[in-house]
Amino acid sequence: MSQSNQLANLAISETGFVFDPTTGATFTVNATGLVVLRALRDGSSIDRIVELLDEEFASASKVARDEVRDFVHALRGHGLVPTEFEVES
Amino acid sequence: MRAKTIAVTGMNATDNPAPGVGVMRSLREGALPGEQHIGLAYDALDPGIYAKDLVSDVFLLPYPSSSLEVYLARLEYIHERVGIDVIIPTLDAELPAFISSQAELRSMGIGTFLPTREQLDLRSKANLADLGRRAGLDVPEAAVVTSVHELARVHERVPYPFFVKGVFYGAKLVTCLDEAIAAFHHVVAQWGVPVIVQAAVAGEELNVIGLGDGEGGLLGAVPMKKLVITDKGKGWAGITIKDPELLAVAERFVKASRWRGPFEVEVIRDRRGRYQLLEINPRLPAWVHLATAAGVNLPRAIAELALGGRPKAMRDYDVGKMFVRISIDQIASIEDMERIVMAGEVRKPRLAGAA
Repeated sequence: MSQSNQLANLAISETGFVFDPTTGATFTVNATGLVVLRALRDGSSIDRIVELLDEEFASASKVARDEVRDFVHALRGHGLVPTEFEVES
Repeated sequence: MRAKTIAVTGMNATDNPAPGVGVMRSLREGALPGEQHIGLAYDALDPGIYAKDLVSDVFLLPYPSSSLEVYLARLEYIHERVGIDVIIPTLDAELPAFISSQAELRSMGIGTFLPTREQLDLRSKANLADLGRRAGLDVPEAAVVTSVHELARVHERVPYPFFVKGVFYGAKLVTCLDEAIAAFHHVVAQWGVPVIVQAAVAGEELNVIGLGDGEGGLLGAVPMKKLVITDKGKGWAGITIKDPELLAVAERFVKASRWRGPFEVEVIRDRRGRYQLLEINPRLPAWVHLATAAGVNLPRAIAELALGGRPKAMRDYDVGKMFVRISIDQIASIEDMERIVMAGEVRKPRLAGAA
């Protein structure tokens, strides 16, 4: 199963509890992580994800952009998105 | 039609549990009115003996290795007392005895659903590489050794680190010859020769429980990932996962061997996502009740097959169903222990809804 499919198959709870049904692994994410993870799963661009964070949390765009990139990097480390995966700016 | 009586072995339920208690719990689900569940134990302190809500009656058995004649005579005695319709053996070491006694059991009116002796040998650790070739499954590099002399040169075929395994049980990871020799002697003292050397593969260990129909078909299977592993390598918690490739491994095994009966496949998913077959256990695993809770009740299907029925294949199961074991102090009476020690049996008042 490809890693992009793995992201699509994640069971993401409202509480931020995430279950990967393929590997049995579980994760927790905070409220901002939840927004980013769902947006990534839906194929949103980084601009759109930053917009969503601005709308939800009134965050500063520059900080949000850097943190989205850090978050994607962390997901890569867990094998949930492919090594070559990049969100479009 | 008379309500059936199903006997189950393997009532040990310590930190290295036998499957009997899990099988009993599965049989209780969907049991027909009047159905009796008989525990067959090898030790007076097997915890399942004292699980009053699960077991109707309990009888002690002699070890099958002592004498097959004595073993069968004991089963005949129990059959006279409670009228057994089906026996579900759950331990590796007793399978050869049950397989070779099927005709005698059948003549008593006792049904079983077991692999053939050839199938049992085919999936043994010593023959796993051949089975892998036959079924098109990857198997870690392995070698069978019978002496320290052979062991000293085995790294030419299977590089360190590797596992030193007994024919029936036990695996020790070793990184050099000194460790390998110590592990070899330990395994030989417990299980004799041959000893299996198997390459260590880095990755995630996954398990599948399943049931083959004896004609190459898979009647049901559930994959599981262990979440907590004890120091004995046993799963103390686990979760059902959705992994079609892992189910395909079980299907290929069943098709190639025409496996008849329950089994557990142990695989490693290596870092490149390939599945490597580590072991096939020829019986239900101790976590069998997780599969039942996920919607695939294999013990009930085995009982139906042993009675000549043809249960439907069970394809759907709940993903994300978990088990978390608990260590609990059961309160028992000295009278029950006295009965099991002195008479080798405990007959209990019939369970509600089962009498």
